[in-house]
Amino acid sequence: MLYRENGQFKTSYRADQQIFPITQDRVLILALLAFAFVAVPFLASEYFFRAILIPFLILSLAALGLNILVGYCGQISLGTGGFMAVGAYAAYNLLVRIDGMPLIVAILLGGVFSMGIGVLFGIPSLRIKGMYLAVATLAAQFFCDWAFLRIKWLTNDSSSGSVSVAGLNVLGWKIDSPAEKYLFCLGFLVVFGLLAKNLVRSHIGREWMAIRDMDVAASVIGIRPVYAKLTAFAVSSFIVGVAGALWAFVYLGSWEPAAFNINRSFDLLFMVIIGGLGSIMGSFFGAAFIVMLPIFLDNVPRMLGMPIDTALASHLTFMIFGALIVFFLIVEPHGLARLWSVGKEKLRLWPFPH
Amino acid sequence: MGFFIEATIGGLMSGMLYALVALGFVLIFKASGVFNFAQGAMVLFAALAMARFSEWIPQLTGLDNKVLVNVLAFIGAMGVMIASAWVIERLVLGKLVNQEGITLLMATLGITYFLDGFGQTIFGSDIYKIDVGMPKDPIFLFEKVFEGGILVGQEDLVAAVVAAGLVAVLAAFFQYTSTGRALRAVADDHQAAQSIGIPLKRIWVIVWSVAGFVALVAGIIWGSKLGVQFSLSQVALKALPVVILGGLTSVPGAIIGGLIIGVGEKLSEVFIGPMLGGGIEIWFAYALALLFLLVRPQGLFGEKIIDRV
Repeated sequence: MLYRENGQFKTSYRADQQIFPITQDRVLILALLAFAFVAVPFLASEYFFRAILIPFLILSLAALGLNILVGYCGQISLGTGGFMAVGAYAAYNLLVRIDGMPLIVAILLGGVFSMGIGVLFGIPSLRIKGMYLAVATLAAQFFCDWAFLRIKWLTNDSSSGSVSVAGLNVLGWKIDSPAEKYLFCLGFLVVFGLLAKNLVRSHIGREWMAIRDMDVAASVIGIRPVYAKLTAFAVSSFIVGVAGALWAFVYLGSWEPAAFNINRSFDLLFMVIIGGLGSIMGSFFGAAFIVMLPIFLDNVPRMLGMPIDTALASHLTFMIFGALIVFFLIVEPHGLARLWSVGKEKLRLWPFPH
Repeated sequence: MGFFIEATIGGLMSGMLYALVALGFVLIFKASGVFNFAQGAMVLFAALAMARFSEWIPQLTGLDNKVLVNVLAFIGAMGVMIASAWVIERLVLGKLVNQEGITLLMATLGITYFLDGFGQTIFGSDIYKIDVGMPKDPIFLFEKVFEGGILVGQEDLVAAVVAAGLVAVLAAFFQYTSTGRALRAVADDHQAAQSIGIPLKRIWVIVWSVAGFVALVAGIIWGSKLGVQFSLSQVALKALPVVILGGLTSVPGAIIGGLIIGVGEKLSEVFIGPMLGGGIEIWFAYALALLFLLVRPQGLFGEKIIDRV
């Protein structure tokens, strides 16, 4: 960094335990937030909102949720798409069936439903570990896929489970332009980001990390695995459920169960791994990477002026996507967050490395 | 009663096919600790290679002996699988030694994307046929015992026999050849195996090639049943519960697991499905595996997991 922590003395516990103990970091984050809230709505084009910013915000939120489970508590889950679907459809049902249901309450309650399902499917994690658990969580994914396709009551008797919402509004504020949708999602992301950051620094976050590092040792020193694992599942699937509801309501508008299929789960897991396991910042990096990569790959041939027919282009995109993922895992298995912290550490000494 | 037995036999047969795909997972996990999500993509890739080679060879050389063409195509496809095993070891796994299981899992997911795209780029993305002369007509068994007899697809029967044969061959290969012994040594302990002079890299190429061979056989059987198309790579998702049910490290586990899942799936579809609105087989297999795992967390035949501090 161009600034250092030199001379910033901490004289109280409060000062010592801040999220950003260095003044410049704090100022930078506040400036970034102000930029995101005030300047971006005026600067970005409509396409930029729709294709990049809104998906990025919502998927970061989902990745954040998944990172709590996988990165902090060490329980691999391949059922994230299913939990997102639960959040989306639960919020939809609450909104449609209860008159005068406020939008934000519906979305949060969607998260609560997702939390319930998450805890239910988290119970096996008390006995099943590692890869066995990863595969077992696919049960949640396929069960949710099936339930929203076949159980008509859940989708308000619509055919093939496709539903739509229109006229989002919060306390009279109509959310219809892309910039408003962006602000709405940004608000959620900031609140949940702060919540997650504080959770993982607290007592419970430390319990999760102890379980992740070695669960037998953790239980020996008095951490209850049942409590730690199930709370991780609960918090994670709550956030993922809220993200699912936002994805459906704000980004898609009308959707069917296939919007939350297994590829969504894989994408989210990619984000968490590429961003960095066990890092809040990493979730944002990973989401940005995975959201931008396909758009970038789509646009490269057009920019180079090479017309490629669409089927071939989609196969090539697949190939390059896979190859880049593998390349990335080889070069930096600990994710973008590690690159970031290495860079920061180097800059701290720069330009006098000794 | 006849109907029940028919469903059970149908389940056993499709269970054998799941076991065939599951076998590929187990082989690689045993030898290198990699949970190879790309197994489904390998099945598709191998089947595509086989289907296209058997189409191209007569066009290029003018051969019209079907058996010879199929044999040549099989050899060609096997060559492709061995080459890709070598490339995967060289470019991916060799660079990811000592990484965590989840990183390796994600790397194989990357390989999945790559193989899906690559296969369809060079071999095309239409629906292709593999014709290795499998009998198609169903036959009736035990017509004297039950009214109407029991309907069994000959194709399924052949597939089950081939799968059983393959398992026997693999078991013998593991048990009696020196390569097989080396593979088992590596599976037991990487470092110990390396210290007595077993070349890890070559072993991994061999294991991935064997998994490629299994994928090719599975691809041919599934491909001639369903046609070679993209959905073939989804077969892997059906084989996953088989793997965890049987135990990630056990070859017999894959077979027994396959049979249990096959029968369970079929019977649930026939007897429970109508009550729930149908289409339950995909999650039912996972739920079944989950129930077994709650009792035995390491699968039916997996190595016991011992936790030490």
